Amino acid sequence: MMDAPPLLAMHRIGKSFPGVRALDGVDFDLRAGEVHVLLGENGAGKSTLMKILSGAYRPDEGTIHLAGEPQRIASPQHAQALGISTIYQEFNLVPHLPVSANISLGREPRHAGFLLDRRAMRKKAETALRELEVAIDPDSPISALGVAEQQMVEVAKALSLDARILVMDEPTSALTETEIANLFAIVRRLRDRGVGVVYISHRMEEIFEIGDRVTVLRDGRHVATRELGTVTVRELVRDMADRELTEHFPRETVEPGAPLLEVRGLTTRTKLRDVSFALRRGEILGLAGLLGSGRTELARALFGADPLQDGEVRVHGRPCRFRSPREAIQAGIALLPEDRRQLGLVLPLSIKRNVSLPNTHRVYPRGLLRKTEERRLAEECVTGLRVKTPHIEQATANLSGGNQQKVVLGKWLARQSDIFIFDEPTRGIDIGAKVEIYRLMNRLTREGAGILMISSEMPEVLGMSDRVLVMREGRLVGEFNRANATQEAVLGAALGTTP
Amino acid sequence: MNWKNLILHHGRQLGTLAGLLLLCLALTIATPYFLTVSNLLTVLEQVSINAIVAVGMTVVIITAGIDLSVGSILAFAGVVMATVLQREVPVPLAIGIGLAVGLGCGLTNGLLITLGRLPPFIATLGMMSIARGGALLFTNGRPVSGFSDGFRALATSQFLFIPMPTVIMLVVYLACHFLLTRTRFGLYAYAMGGNEQATHLSGINVRRHKTLVYGLCGLTSAIAAVILTARLNSAQPIAGMMYELDAIAATVIGGASLMGGQGTLIGTLIGALLMGVLRNGLNLLEVSSFLQQVIIGTVIIVAVLVDMGLKAQKK
Ligand SMILES: Nc1ncnc2c1ncn2[C@@H]1O[C@H](COP(=O)(O)OP(=O)(O)OP(=O)(O)O)[C@@H](O)[C@H]1O
Ligand SMILES: [Mg+2]
Repeated sequence: MMDAPPLLAMHRIGKSFPGVRALDGVDFDLRAGEVHVLLGENGAGKSTLMKILSGAYRPDEGTIHLAGEPQRIASPQHAQALGISTIYQEFNLVPHLPVSANISLGREPRHAGFLLDRRAMRKKAETALRELEVAIDPDSPISALGVAEQQMVEVAKALSLDARILVMDEPTSALTETEIANLFAIVRRLRDRGVGVVYISHRMEEIFEIGDRVTVLRDGRHVATRELGTVTVRELVRDMADRELTEHFPRETVEPGAPLLEVRGLTTRTKLRDVSFALRRGEILGLAGLLGSGRTELARALFGADPLQDGEVRVHGRPCRFRSPREAIQAGIALLPEDRRQLGLVLPLSIKRNVSLPNTHRVYPRGLLRKTEERRLAEECVTGLRVKTPHIEQATANLSGGNQQKVVLGKWLARQSDIFIFDEPTRGIDIGAKVEIYRLMNRLTREGAGILMISSEMPEVLGMSDRVLVMREGRLVGEFNRANATQEAVLGAALGTTP
Repeated sequence: MNWKNLILHHGRQLGTLAGLLLLCLALTIATPYFLTVSNLLTVLEQVSINAIVAVGMTVVIITAGIDLSVGSILAFAGVVMATVLQREVPVPLAIGIGLAVGLGCGLTNGLLITLGRLPPFIATLGMMSIARGGALLFTNGRPVSGFSDGFRALATSQFLFIPMPTVIMLVVYLACHFLLTRTRFGLYAYAMGGNEQATHLSGINVRRHKTLVYGLCGLTSAIAAVILTARLNSAQPIAGMMYELDAIAATVIGGASLMGGQGTLIGTLIGALLMGVLRNGLNLLEVSSFLQQVIIGTVIIVAVLVDMGLKAQKK
């Protein structure tokens, strides 16, 4: 029926990095007015393919046609001029500039050709943010925003470009249900207007909800392109991993033991108000809430990263007041932070060294390096979590997003703490590896650890938690046990719509 | 370690080394005076002072900092030590006092940066002026000259035909290389420079280690002061002017990044040698000192441009 060439056709694209064949003869096409999902395990090459489309990388081989015309995309500016707008997996925002300047960066409205028109800039930002229905102040600097808010700024920036091709690389990995719903409404509107959308995500429910077609990559190769209407999760997983996925949430409950962490009346200057709860041995305590509800602040306060104003924290029954993360770690607490690139990893350093950082008591006993131990810990992390990398000397900056996340996990697991605070532990991790991480959580709780799991992924919270706490505006507003924790109940408490 | 690994992990240093060897080859062809044992030993001796100052600078730059005060600290430590030496104090004690002055100035820098939260550029800019002023005040602006043979032997004696300054330089490099690659302190230096927040959240006392890094930098400046004083048989309050620039140049030519998280002492040593050989060669070829400055500046810029070009290629 259609004779017109597709909006985009990428043909036999190849790309190598030192020691890695990231893409190997990949074909990909996109029609006007469709959402085409790109799926694959961590390190399969999805982001690399999209970076080639957006001009961030040059392909080693292959051709790109836009609406039938062959194109050599030379730079990100060139891609934008061709109507390709990209939301990268990792943020590209300038921390000290306000939101409005970030949204207009590179395309600033001007008076007389050179004077910045700040009013127009602000207006543009306001309009874009309003369309997304998020309450972000256009004047606030990026550095004052959390990960989810930054993600929404990225979306606003990409939308303000009025593109005919929109690439979204894991835009929802940091978002909660409400923002995702808004985002999807906008994506559908764009699609109906004839925009072609490439959508990357590891969340299966989303893919079926928003996608029209799906292309699966494995180890840099094209495996299949299918209609989402007729395919099943099982088939997609087989395409991705070439193995069967058993159970999605394999939680084995453990009889909870003595309290590990007791919090009473915790209050901070910035956000938290009178938070009280207890975490026991063998327990996974889910912490749900909306963007900005104070979950990350709670994690940071418990970890000694932010000061407490009031309240009491007991670890193993002993009162503690941590002045630094160092003290919290010595008391047996580990925090996996939500932002792997800013807070989780030292990107220029190798996997090996990142894993060593919180484990220097083992790798550097008496201050001196023990190479065998260093290697052993890093190898354990790479094989145990199946990090895709040519070797443990690889700089973490060169890993794919999901594999970076695995290294952050690995570095804290090696620490053998007994209280784990996981802030979005599976953010950006592929479905197979997720199940593996859930199994790991099972093992940790079996061995007597307690886990406080912050997650915006509702199925994960409901599937893995023994109890669910809900936060809203810095307070704990609900507690559910496994039996009565339903999607509606938890969401209702988070939104404040249930009494 | 096989060849492939060597190139993979040390490609940057090998590149600088190739540059150094090429330069030596060119000078060997251009002038008969270059490739002689005595000239090469002279170069090694001359290089040793800048190279030692560059050790501390490299560690500071790895932590994404900068130290502008190394030359002034060198002068201050030098005149204090020289004054003490002339009071018939045992040589080791006098040297110890000189080193303590350098260490103290460096730690002060560190505390200003960590506790005072000053940017390193500002803190060390202040120290640059304070230590220089201190050296001038301490001596009324006059040099302190004439020491015992025992002290001067630090510069004039030889060990296995190698000039003592070069021996000291090698010892400092070996010790600090060990510190950077085999100890917790070294790991923390790289980690702080690569991402301070993530390092803090990994449970590391960033303040303490950063303070120590600046202390180390003050200490290496003072070690350089000992050699310089022994060599000249005189400590000058105006010694070490512009040494910070030579040290920064050796560090960045050696592959360290001013953004932090990267750099090796092997690279810095090669960088310092490259600068020293270049100076020596230009002198042998009787290039005017005005033109020399232009050439050296150009070499620094070209070296870093080539490095960045190589890094961009990997994309
Ligand atoms: N700059 C780089 N240098 C070296 N290797 C790289 C670089 N960028 C990507 N790679 C490698 O290329 C492969 C593909 O990476 P890519 O980021 O495209 O994966 P992805 O499919 O987006 O994974 P994820 O789901 O984790 O985001 C990975 O093995 C990764 O380690
Ligand atoms: Mg990716």
